[in-house]
Amino acid sequence: MEKLKAGKGELFMPYDADESRHFFKEKNKKLINKLTTVTEAVKKYIPDGTYIAVGGFGGVRISTSVLHEILRQGKKNLGLSGHTSTHDCQILAAGECFDRCDIAYVIGLEARGLSRVSRKYFESGKVKFTEWTNAALAWRYKAAAMGVSYLPCRTMLGTDTFEQSAAKEVLCPFTGTKYAAVPALSPDVAIIHVHRCDVYGNCQIDGINISDADLAKASKHVIITAERIIPNEEIRRQPWATTIPAWCVDAVIQVPYGSFPGCMEKEYFSDEDHFALWLKKEKDPEEFKTFINKYILDTKNFSEYLELCGGTSRMNDLRFDELLVNPNTK
Amino acid sequence: MAKYNSMENMICVAARQMEDGSSAAIGTGVPTAAGMLAQKLYAPNLLIFFEAGAAGPILPTMPVSVGDSRTTHHSLLASTMLDSMEAGQRGLLDYTFLGGAQIDKFGNLNSTMLGDDYHHPKVRFPGSGGANDLGSFCWKILVVTPHAKKRFVEKVDFITTPGFLSGPGAREEAGLSKGTGPFRVITDLAILDYNNPEKRMQVVSLHEGVTLEQVKDNTGFELLVADKLEKTSPPTDEELRILREEIDPSGFIIGRG
Repeated sequence: MEKLKAGKGELFMPYDADESRHFFKEKNKKLINKLTTVTEAVKKYIPDGTYIAVGGFGGVRISTSVLHEILRQGKKNLGLSGHTSTHDCQILAAGECFDRCDIAYVIGLEARGLSRVSRKYFESGKVKFTEWTNAALAWRYKAAAMGVSYLPCRTMLGTDTFEQSAAKEVLCPFTGTKYAAVPALSPDVAIIHVHRCDVYGNCQIDGINISDADLAKASKHVIITAERIIPNEEIRRQPWATTIPAWCVDAVIQVPYGSFPGCMEKEYFSDEDHFALWLKKEKDPEEFKTFINKYILDTKNFSEYLELCGGTSRMNDLRFDELLVNPNTK
Repeated sequence: MAKYNSMENMICVAARQMEDGSSAAIGTGVPTAAGMLAQKLYAPNLLIFFEAGAAGPILPTMPVSVGDSRTTHHSLLASTMLDSMEAGQRGLLDYTFLGGAQIDKFGNLNSTMLGDDYHHPKVRFPGSGGANDLGSFCWKILVVTPHAKKRFVEKVDFITTPGFLSGPGAREEAGLSKGTGPFRVITDLAILDYNNPEKRMQVVSLHEGVTLEQVKDNTGFELLVADKLEKTSPPTDEELRILREEIDPSGFIIGRG
């Protein structure tokens, strides 16, 4: 009989289905007002060492305000799920906030290029990492969302990606087909930006969901930032639009333009000039330090950051970009 | 004769690879440009999937991210990453476009790291993202990459995404679906495929003005040559017009050629 292979990567977040059931049994399901501030949410739910996962897609529907606050509060030794972690990874690497990472995609900013600061951080020896793929991490969330300890899939097989992962080969008990078993991942905290939610945390997301419904169900705690808080009646009027329900959510904060400089479906497009500015500043460590101080560490909150980035008039431009009606763009 | 740069040439050649009615998972940059050009000229019914969750869009301009709102423009579906990935896993996706820092003679791709110690990389890259997934699931892997000796290597430092792994039969042995795998490589010099019993990369078509020696000189492993070596048709005026005026008017991608 063929010997089944096992990846030799470290499993940072071992999962136990029964333990997890007990955790969710105790979770408060009452509709209580969860409105808070970014500062309080980070203080309460993200102590040093917490394993976090960021919703969205790196530069799309990310919760930038919470990521900045993690830097501002000087959080250390976090675990990070690198599920297409682009600008989010760039921010957290700038503060050297994490020391272990499940990597599917980090360092890069897709078509924009690579972040030097992130790359240097991963090359520095200060971060432990284990290799995965986007689908593997998404299925790991899915498994935890389902309450099972693994899922079989046909990815990573035969590659070094598998070898450096913590996946294991399994045979289907029905057909004998070989699969990669990926272990459930239940992050301590998920940080997700949405279009709308009520004060209880019932969320509506426009556009693609990416992996966020599964991520919210998989995670022990969920921090939601929303473009707008809406009345509960709005949620009840079209419950089919709820993609993350209140019983998953612990904290709710209203943060308009909260995905900036990332894209927000039908609201505003990504600020490519600002992304380019980050990449440019990264070329010189001293300049980058000044940049981070000015834009993040020395600002009190996200509103101040938005002001520094051009305020209302810039946001208007990005709204026009999103709707493809910007008169200044070809 | 139409003037064009190497990036425009690669995009035009790539756009001609997908037949009408097929499906393709595409990423940002060259793949998107090729997908858009294919939709406008050769494959109006090309079903485009983006790994972040959008499917069936009519792309207005180039997305910057495979998850940004351009990918859902007039799309048929705005769903989840797993919806796209599972479409691939159950056999629905014909093509995918991939790239990487290194590729070897069996089409294995490296986008993870350079060096010989995984935990202490000389250079660290983003990792698989969705590349390993799509390279495992899709029937035909297209690779678009500049041709250079440091990219076309005897052995990749890290197999991020499976090509034919160690050769014929290795994908099936590993548990991947039979009939999937590397299909063609499009570079700034030539079109290459694996259509031989050893599943090794071979030159099948030389681009305008390119010699076989030039291709070999820019390849770090022994390259096979197809029995009948073709000449690649250069970009047509119409391809170039659509590419420059409609697809990438700001030169975001073609400006890099």
